[in-house]
Amino acid sequence: MTAGQEPLHFHYDVDGNNFTSAGEASVQVKRMLRQMGFHPDLIRRISVAMYEGEINMVIHAKGGVADVYVTPECITVILKDVGPGIKDVKIAMQEGYSTAPDNIRALGFGAGMGLPNMKRYSDDLKIDSVVGVGTTIEMKFLSA
Amino acid sequence: MTIREIADRLDATVYADPERIDDDLEGAFGSDMMSDVLAFAENRDVLLTGLLNPQIVRTAHMLDMRCIVIVRGKTATEEIKRLAAENEIAIVETAKTMYEASGRLYEGGLGR
Repeated sequence: MTAGQEPLHFHYDVDGNNFTSAGEASVQVKRMLRQMGFHPDLIRRISVAMYEGEINMVIHAKGGVADVYVTPECITVILKDVGPGIKDVKIAMQEGYSTAPDNIRALGFGAGMGLPNMKRYSDDLKIDSVVGVGTTIEMKFLSA
Repeated sequence: MTIREIADRLDATVYADPERIDDDLEGAFGSDMMSDVLAFAENRDVLLTGLLNPQIVRTAHMLDMRCIVIVRGKTATEEIKRLAAENEIAIVETAKTMYEASGRLYEGGLGR
């Protein structure tokens, strides 16, 4: 890859009916970024943030789609669902705030760290959510 | 601390690639909440958990962790073992509690 090139685009479907398989898109992205030779620290940040997003889509929105755009300078991850939407993004961003049901907590998630982790590990996080319509999350990661 | 030494200190059963059993591991984090692991366990090689589902392996894999210690006498499912092997993550099963397992590893120098 050289600078200024069109970004490479990868598309994944996130199956919302199977908690066991949640995270498979993140695993594939991690593998692909490794093959492309990105720095391990950057790959870790991307895969953790995307994994949290994928888990959120499975917990709250019955799945969705993930699109990843790659240039040598920047990796953009866009997660889109047609779930219930987030009523108050500011509150949802607070560490420890969660609306996940108990059966999800029993699986090790729903601690209210998903969105804060996505913010922590990305260089830029945009949340576009409409109640009853769905949520789109865009995360950017700079390779520098 | 190596996987071999972790297993010795915890009287544990190990499922690992024999070639990796003497690799040196640094740092550990213990929790049953995977979201907390994802928040706090960057740059640590060992995960201690009493949770038993495939997401423990995905979580460890995302963070580039190399060993999962399953505490409180639980047994890894075949799917957990398969996923872990695929991603070069060792599985260690111990009857010890999270508290005691953490104490023994810390005492031995892991994460100190």
